[in-house]
Amino acid sequence: MSEIELVKNMISITIDGKEYKAKEGEYILNAARANDIFIPAICYLTRCSPTLACRICLVEADGKQVYSCNARVKEGMEIVTTTPNILEERRAIMEVYDVNHPLQCGVCDQSGECELQNYTLELAVDSQSYSIPDTKRETKNWSSVLHYDAGLCIVCERCTTVCKDMIGDSAIKTTKRGGSALDKSLKGSMPKDAYAMWNKLQKSIIAPSNGTEHTNCSDCGECIAVCPVGALVSRDFQYTTNAWDLKKIPATCAHCSSGCQIYYETKPTSISDRREKIYRVTNEWNYVSLCGAGRFGYDFENREVKKDKEAFKRAIEAFKKAKVINFTSVITNEEALMLQTLKEKLGVKLINREARAFQIFLDFYKQYSGKSLYSLDFKEIMASDFVISLGTSLRNDNPNARYAFNNVQKMNKGAGLYFHPVGDTLVPTFGRNILTFAHKVGHEEAVLLLLIELFSNKDELPDIVKEQLDREKLVELLGGDSKFEASFSKIMKKKEKFSLIVGEDLYFHPKAKNIVKLITILEKTSPIKVAMIPPKTNSLGVALICDLDDEAKGYTIGYNALGDFKFSALGDGDLDAPAMNQQEGTLTNMHKRVTPTNVALEYNGYTLHDIVKELLNIPTKYTIDWTPKLPINKGFKSIDFDSLPNGYSNDGTENRGYLLTEITSEAKEIDVDKFDENIALDGDIAYRCNPQRQFSDFTNKAHQIFEEFALYASPKRAEALGKRVVVEFDSGNLELDVKIDERMDGDIVAVPDFKSDKNIYELFGASRYQKVIIREV
Amino acid sequence: MGLEKFKDRNIGTQNYKKLDLTHPPKSGWDRFKQVVSRTFKPELCIGLWVTLREMINALFRGKMHTTQYPLEKLPISPRYRAIHEMLRLLESGHYRCIGCGLCEKICISNCISMETRYDENQRKEVSEYTINFGRCIFCGYCAEVCPELAIVHGGRYETASEQRASFSLFEDMLTPIDKLNLQKEYQGFGAISPNADDNIKKTPLAY
Repeated sequence: MSEIELVKNMISITIDGKEYKAKEGEYILNAARANDIFIPAICYLTRCSPTLACRICLVEADGKQVYSCNARVKEGMEIVTTTPNILEERRAIMEVYDVNHPLQCGVCDQSGECELQNYTLELAVDSQSYSIPDTKRETKNWSSVLHYDAGLCIVCERCTTVCKDMIGDSAIKTTKRGGSALDKSLKGSMPKDAYAMWNKLQKSIIAPSNGTEHTNCSDCGECIAVCPVGALVSRDFQYTTNAWDLKKIPATCAHCSSGCQIYYETKPTSISDRREKIYRVTNEWNYVSLCGAGRFGYDFENREVKKDKEAFKRAIEAFKKAKVINFTSVITNEEALMLQTLKEKLGVKLINREARAFQIFLDFYKQYSGKSLYSLDFKEIMASDFVISLGTSLRNDNPNARYAFNNVQKMNKGAGLYFHPVGDTLVPTFGRNILTFAHKVGHEEAVLLLLIELFSNKDELPDIVKEQLDREKLVELLGGDSKFEASFSKIMKKKEKFSLIVGEDLYFHPKAKNIVKLITILEKTSPIKVAMIPPKTNSLGVALICDLDDEAKGYTIGYNALGDFKFSALGDGDLDAPAMNQQEGTLTNMHKRVTPTNVALEYNGYTLHDIVKELLNIPTKYTIDWTPKLPINKGFKSIDFDSLPNGYSNDGTENRGYLLTEITSEAKEIDVDKFDENIALDGDIAYRCNPQRQFSDFTNKAHQIFEEFALYASPKRAEALGKRVVVEFDSGNLELDVKIDERMDGDIVAVPDFKSDKNIYELFGASRYQKVIIREV
Repeated sequence: MGLEKFKDRNIGTQNYKKLDLTHPPKSGWDRFKQVVSRTFKPELCIGLWVTLREMINALFRGKMHTTQYPLEKLPISPRYRAIHEMLRLLESGHYRCIGCGLCEKICISNCISMETRYDENQRKEVSEYTINFGRCIFCGYCAEVCPELAIVHGGRYETASEQRASFSLFEDMLTPIDKLNLQKEYQGFGAISPNADDNIKKTPLAY
């Protein structure tokens, strides 16, 4: 939304006698929070639908009592946040919440960061007027990471809400508690809302929604983050420390291109070992949702490194004679700039396969659209009501893109189209208005043609495109069913904002150039705006900063990657490097934002900065001295690291680092190739795709992430394949265990690429899909 | 010795006796007389006699007043703040500490640290606990803040040792299980006040 549009949509409201501005159509609670006014609320989550479980957010709007979490502001509305009646309700609600709540605050993991405690004190509850026999509520381990203590649960339903509305797993739900019924006489004697809330509370408890003892979910742990009490905690964290002992270090998650805001929370390891250790990762859960890798994959640091002068000397020698530097996208912008400087000064070649593919794709996009960056960020996607996903395994590639896709369905009465050769059983469950297409590998152009046919203004199209638009044929080709017309017109009703998410499949597509052209045409002639998912952590930053090479031979230095001399943060190199949680610097995320990350754990060894300083004789003291030197002509800004903000304001505005500036140039004439349906791959196909929660060697190193390096297949396919298989590629073989991914569908198998030493990129070459022969061992 | 004397802080009602003091000499003659009388009176012998009498009493009549430290020790106030003790529950013998970490938090010289974990019985277990007595200033905040009356100050004031470590672990401070019957409640800050019962508001119970 532009500034002018924002101002236009502002209305004025009165809260407790003072006038404030609020966005039109916003909930009263959010409007109050944006203006720094406190209204108590337990069950409401920003970005999710109101559950009305706690009823404590009662306010009086224009003389009528309403729940501020689900009543919207109107022009001139007069809101009173406290009246004697509301205070009486709130106090009764808090008394009810305190009934039978175990008095184990002393050991509870919430350790004072407890909303039940806070509101009990806020409303000065110093005596109890209600009672009911307690029900036996047992402690359960829902999964390898989730621990649920039903006794502590106040059934605010924040966990179920976030799981449904944000994450999309819907893995937990409220179920019957079997508690005794309330005394009917209370109905008249106690405050109305408190009674209604108690009545509901007494009947429900949270449980996995699949009816078993265990959740079948992506183990993101977002339910732990939102729990206002200590009912949900991570099994690893439980009873190990108090919240107040932990030092919060604001950082950016280093695992995928989402670059989420996180806090590393550290404390000395033990009484005998005073070195800092990360105990957990937390987030500003009202404004950002993490995935399992971000939340649980935090202990990937390079431990016990000392300055090894001999190794450093060898490293300098190696860099001097190096012809090639091979690196991954898990580096900061500053380091990328250093590598680029090395290239300029020493003439080495830079190899980064994932970023190179993305760089070429972005470059084409720039040529044909005239814009250096894609149009949408993922926050804007959340504001759209029709979202299309193409060329990405949404569930695995980028959890936040998936959350956005899901959130649109749940919050904006949205609809979606999901195009991917690998069938997915989870995506269709996000909403009723999702059409999925398991098209053939190689038919991505046909998808774009179909989208052009469906959404574009035909008059503006070039003839070559127009000729190819045969709706029925395209739908049939992509595997759509005969009812497509009817279902599409149904889901298109009342839709205004359209967004398209594209992913890594397209960057590694033999026809990538033509695909970019079609995307550009689609953007120009239809209301659809496009967002791209950078393949790995800082691929966008690397693609913008570095001048990458396609192929290179000679003496190679591998930075967290294969090479003749390994400079590695994984503890297996010739010279140690700091891991992302031991570094400060900036990362460029898929929201086109440059975000700062800070040092959580001590590192005493050499960094890339030391090497570059030694090699080039540059008088910089720290890595972050390079932050203001990031290339302005690529959209970066010349801002010192220390003046970069890292947080959110109360209205949800993201104040983290800065947004990249879009640089426009003249667009080229578009000449589209004709789509050839024969390029589709047939036979056994392997797809380069990581399991959920695995992104790189670093997630793999974390002790709470145990998704294996194996061949993933749908249950049916896995059964047919057997236990262990050899996958034969054109350029080599790979022996892998077969694992079932219950959410996969169809015959395509997934081969992970998170272990850099397996050199999976080499096996797959320039494409994300490869024809393979799979045989059982 | 009982606690009565310590509990009696009512200094105001004690009976003071006024001594019948002779007046100081006024004239030079008076002063001369005082010098003469003091010089020739056998007052020195009175003093020597007192010493001799006490010596005889002590040596031969068993009226020794010297405390034979370290063989003998004087009782100290129950509110005295010496080396910490970790108390046990009288009923079960289990240690009282729940691992809440408040003592660690409140400690102004930062000398308490602890490790806790999730144990087999689904409880929070204190796996390590230590006080750095090189830093401890015996302020008593830990005992005051402890919600379980688990960490208290004891009367062990002799803190000379080859190693400070010999005082500082959980097991060193914990009441030995065979001496549970001798465990005494601490009376200092943090102890339950005598009128605690009156201050409690009762929670209604449904059963």
